[in-house]
Amino acid sequence: MYEFFTTTNLGIALLILGQVLLIVVPLLVALAFLLWADRKVWAAVQLRKGPNVVGAFGLLQSFADFIKYVLKEIVVPAGADKFVFFLAPMTSLVLALVAWAVIPFNDGWVVADINVAILFIFAVSSLEVYGVIMGGWASNSKYPFLGSLRSAAQMISYEVSIGLIIIGVILSTGSMNLTAIVHAQEGAGLFSWYWIPHFPMVILFIISAHAETNRPPFDLPEAESELVAGYQVEYSSTPFLLYMIGEYVAITLMTALISILFFGGWLSPIPGLPDGILWLFLKMAFFWFVFMMTKSVVPRYRYDQLMRIGWKVFLPLSLAWVVLVAFFAQYGAFWGTYARWTTGG
Amino acid sequence: MAFDYVRAAKYFVLWDFITGFRLGLKYFFKPKYTVNYPYEKNPLSVRFRGEHALRRYPNGEERCIACKLCEAICPAQAITIDAEPRDDGSRRTTRYDIDMTKCIYCGYCQEACPVDAIVEGPNFEFATESREELFYDKQKLLDNGERWEAEIARNIELDAPYR
Repeated sequence: MYEFFTTTNLGIALLILGQVLLIVVPLLVALAFLLWADRKVWAAVQLRKGPNVVGAFGLLQSFADFIKYVLKEIVVPAGADKFVFFLAPMTSLVLALVAWAVIPFNDGWVVADINVAILFIFAVSSLEVYGVIMGGWASNSKYPFLGSLRSAAQMISYEVSIGLIIIGVILSTGSMNLTAIVHAQEGAGLFSWYWIPHFPMVILFIISAHAETNRPPFDLPEAESELVAGYQVEYSSTPFLLYMIGEYVAITLMTALISILFFGGWLSPIPGLPDGILWLFLKMAFFWFVFMMTKSVVPRYRYDQLMRIGWKVFLPLSLAWVVLVAFFAQYGAFWGTYARWTTGG
Repeated sequence: MAFDYVRAAKYFVLWDFITGFRLGLKYFFKPKYTVNYPYEKNPLSVRFRGEHALRRYPNGEERCIACKLCEAICPAQAITIDAEPRDDGSRRTTRYDIDMTKCIYCGYCQEACPVDAIVEGPNFEFATESREELFYDKQKLLDNGERWEAEIARNIELDAPYR
């Protein structure tokens, strides 16, 4: 049996398929409840109850919505490029899912344990812009096109600062492998994670993650009040559902990245307690809550403000931080906190 | 102008966001105002103008005397009335239609009515699946009167001192 799964092509393919399903299925199920929680938190801040009819506490609301979306009619605009129109939402979802291949859930629990995991995530998240752009262009309509142009500019701008922030972490670890990055944060629990040495960048990363995933307050590509719904205007039924799932998968990925890069992934915050996948989930849930609360308390930014923050604040800050970290790491400042490959991280 | 250090510092520590987040959290735990509609309902005023009804006297006689004041005053011209003398010589309607899709629920018909025959009752849940069902005829309005008589009588009585 072991031979079959490690040596024959069919066996390896089946093994990979199994691993993929093991990630995708729980992820999508969790997503249904995250969507529900998102709406509940949003409602609670506005003194509403939120969905509470379908299932206990409305827990099954997302499944009801899923059925509704799937059963609706797919409307394709007359002037649309049909092939690209349907390719776009699929691209969006598939790319959002692909990035999960390199996320380690626990020590060794990773589909693709590659040594350039962060580069891979960069590559995939850069490609995600294509889903939005193709959708906006293929709709052959004004608002979607404007929305997708905005989105392209926004995602590219914030990718730069996200990249530079992560470079700081890579410099400290000496590896691009996410498992290695988590191992480098082992030690005195809570206080040996990267969020202390890289503190200001954690905040910058969380804000950039909002912008990168088109999440409020940076949801300018959708901006209901200006662009109706941005690049999603012409989408209905299942294609729209794909976009929405893709968006939420991307946000979940960002919460996972924040947890792994700065908050020690599966490591437990208190040295005595055992490490495990539960800690990663707790951290992700916490950052999801931050995302939800941010959505409900912060008003949408204007487009010029968004660009100003991206290029005039985040880029210089993160660039200066990379130089600083490089300097600290090279000369072993702060007892080697910034150069963990030398102290055996 | 001097550089505003306080403002700059607040900008960099995300002061506005932190205060906003705290306020959001405060509201997050507050009791909710939602009325869980089909199971909970808000109280209605005795003057609430909902679905129409034609009332009868306690002895079963129709109140409506076909004076057509309601038809005349109706700003949306939603009411259509035909009338002729009944066998006993009293004047009664043979047709009393209200097009509920035209009606604007202004309440002028019940204000105009000299015998409190046409009233707008407390019922607001009369959605239908087709347009035709909203073209009410006399029978439907009389049935409504029978169904809602208790509430309507109570509302009229409670409101009487203020008229």
